[in-house]
Amino acid sequence: MCVMSAVAIEGVWKFYGDFPALKDISFNVDGGACLALLGRNGAGKTTLLRMLAGLSKAAKGSITILGGDARAEKTRARIGVLGHGIGVYEELSAFENLRLFARLYGMENPRQIAMEWLERTGLDRVSDGLVREFSRGMRQRLAVARAFLHNPSLLLLDEPFTALDDRAIAVLQGLLKGALAEGRTIIMSTHQLREALELATDVALINRGKLAFRGERSREMLEDPGWLYRHYGEA
Amino acid sequence: MRLKIILALSVLSGLILSWNLHTMFLKVPDELNQGAIFRIIYFHVPSAITSFAGFFLAMFSSVGYLIKKDLRFDSVAASITEVSFAFTTITLITGSIWGRVIWGIWWTWDYRLTSFFICWLLYVGYLMLRRAIDDPTTRARLCAVLSIFACVDVVIVWKSIEWFRTQHPGPVLSIRSGGGMAPGMEAPIWWNFLALIMLATVLVLIRMRQEAMQREIDTMRRYAHAF
Amino acid sequence: MTFLQQALAIAGKDLRSEIRSKETVNASLSFALVILMLFSFAFDPGSDQVREISGGLLWLVYAFAGTLILNRSFARELVNDCLDALISSPASGAQVFFGKCLANYLLLMVVECVSFPVFIIFYNARWPARWGLLLLVMLLGTWGITVIGTLFSAMTVNLRLRELMLPTLVYPMLIPALLGAIRLSTVLIAGEALETDDQIWFKLLAGFDVIFTALSLALVEIVLVG
Repeated sequence: MCVMSAVAIEGVWKFYGDFPALKDISFNVDGGACLALLGRNGAGKTTLLRMLAGLSKAAKGSITILGGDARAEKTRARIGVLGHGIGVYEELSAFENLRLFARLYGMENPRQIAMEWLERTGLDRVSDGLVREFSRGMRQRLAVARAFLHNPSLLLLDEPFTALDDRAIAVLQGLLKGALAEGRTIIMSTHQLREALELATDVALINRGKLAFRGERSREMLEDPGWLYRHYGEA
Repeated sequence: MRLKIILALSVLSGLILSWNLHTMFLKVPDELNQGAIFRIIYFHVPSAITSFAGFFLAMFSSVGYLIKKDLRFDSVAASITEVSFAFTTITLITGSIWGRVIWGIWWTWDYRLTSFFICWLLYVGYLMLRRAIDDPTTRARLCAVLSIFACVDVVIVWKSIEWFRTQHPGPVLSIRSGGGMAPGMEAPIWWNFLALIMLATVLVLIRMRQEAMQREIDTMRRYAHAF
Repeated sequence: MTFLQQALAIAGKDLRSEIRSKETVNASLSFALVILMLFSFAFDPGSDQVREISGGLLWLVYAFAGTLILNRSFARELVNDCLDALISSPASGAQVFFGKCLANYLLLMVVECVSFPVFIIFYNARWPARWGLLLLVMLLGTWGITVIGTLFSAMTVNLRLRELMLPTLVYPMLIPALLGAIRLSTVLIAGEALETDDQIWFKLLAGFDVIFTALSLALVEIVLVG
């Protein structure tokens, strides 16, 4: 083992009562890879992502992220999370939202970072506007800025392209490509096979809480997004 | 095996209880000041102790759950709390009946009555919280935390209300004050204590079986929904 | 990153959005006034009776008004899944909790400080000679309400019956703190001398605060991270 995996998942189980939502999931994600986490609704993608994000704990097994425990403060400082909700406050302005999260992530100069990211997401003209007055697209771009502002080494995205408008998708894809070029790691769960597979270098398919497939993204997946599901989906 | 234990314990506690009733009503004379009603103490005091001991045991089991994350600890905590809750209710009702005869009122804000009532309310909250959460794992986690809080609070409540007001008759058991009741009168308390502890154990064991079945049913339902 | 810095960032965020919307403080304050008014029907507001129950009256108002603030504390994090964003940030559960405690504490103190003079006027009481001590009682008692309330607010945040569960859980838990606060407030508002016996109530209040603050900080991570 010469290169340390960015994410190492080993024998992870998660239960709701005695019902296993995740069964013995094990796989690694190398640093600099982009993993598309596929699976039907309720297969356990979100459950797994939440554990990686430190929002919930594995019942059995271990998750090591960037060499540390998933819930360790140092690890969390290096993870960017974009979940179902946008995770920004309605009663705060765009600038205040970003400054708050820059502070929480322990950034050196929260003010400057917030301004910088407002510019990068095209929100600098409305930086003092309250989020509740924002359009849907603007909110989403702000959410993207929140997830990226601390230059995370690992990005966790739950269904990132659903419900995004064109401009937000463009911003997000630009950022993701940039992140990959800088050697950062991305894990995203998705239904939008085409958008995700274009970016992905790796694919994992979860079916009924079990890991059904784990490998590199191949040519036929890109040409025929349904291919994977037909081969490994319904057992 | 467990079924045999349950059966044996319930038969034994039934026997002791009937023998106790015999002693209480036919052997022990009426108390000098209180008359016949004093006999209620034979149930009042043991159920009070049983319920209290139960709440502490439930707290330890809750801590056990938080450390081990094994749902069986949660079942134990839940079962013991429910049974203790029933005994708390018995304590309150018997106390109230006794108060009606001796003090002439059903309820008085004496410190032990008040403490018991607060304790009862705290665990009403616990039982309500259990019903309000659907996912068994979340339920176990949050209820364990609540159980710890409630138990710590019970201790503080007890002390603070004692300072606030005192009207309850002093301790009657010989181990606490070295006297109070005549030896012949006190014995049935201890026998009843034994019987009630056994009864409580039986109830807890039965309740735990139900919990285990409930978990199984819940799991099956989740499987059914998942596919 | 020190413990307080991040907690303060969260407290600041809560206070800032509350100052903008004023929704909970306004609701809590008008609720406090309504209860103060309702109590006047329960007994003769000018009589000596008021003197004997003044502390109880005051703290019931505070406790009721407090639940309104505490109910919203974590519920406001549900909009846009902000709670997830907070928990997945490097701020620990204890920091998130403590930050929200600070914000709630300040808001509740504001409500209390506004409704206290109203109480004095409505019930024809005299401004307490030793108002400093009364303020200390309010500071200690309110911290107790805040800590317990904020923890249970976190605990019930994802429940359907959130608004019903919080008061059911919080009030019985608060009884020792309320008891101490009521006893001391009654004596201080009546302008009577504090007896040596009454010191025990200060100890009770302080002890309650310390024990439950410690317990909450230790257990809140378990409550927030499943």
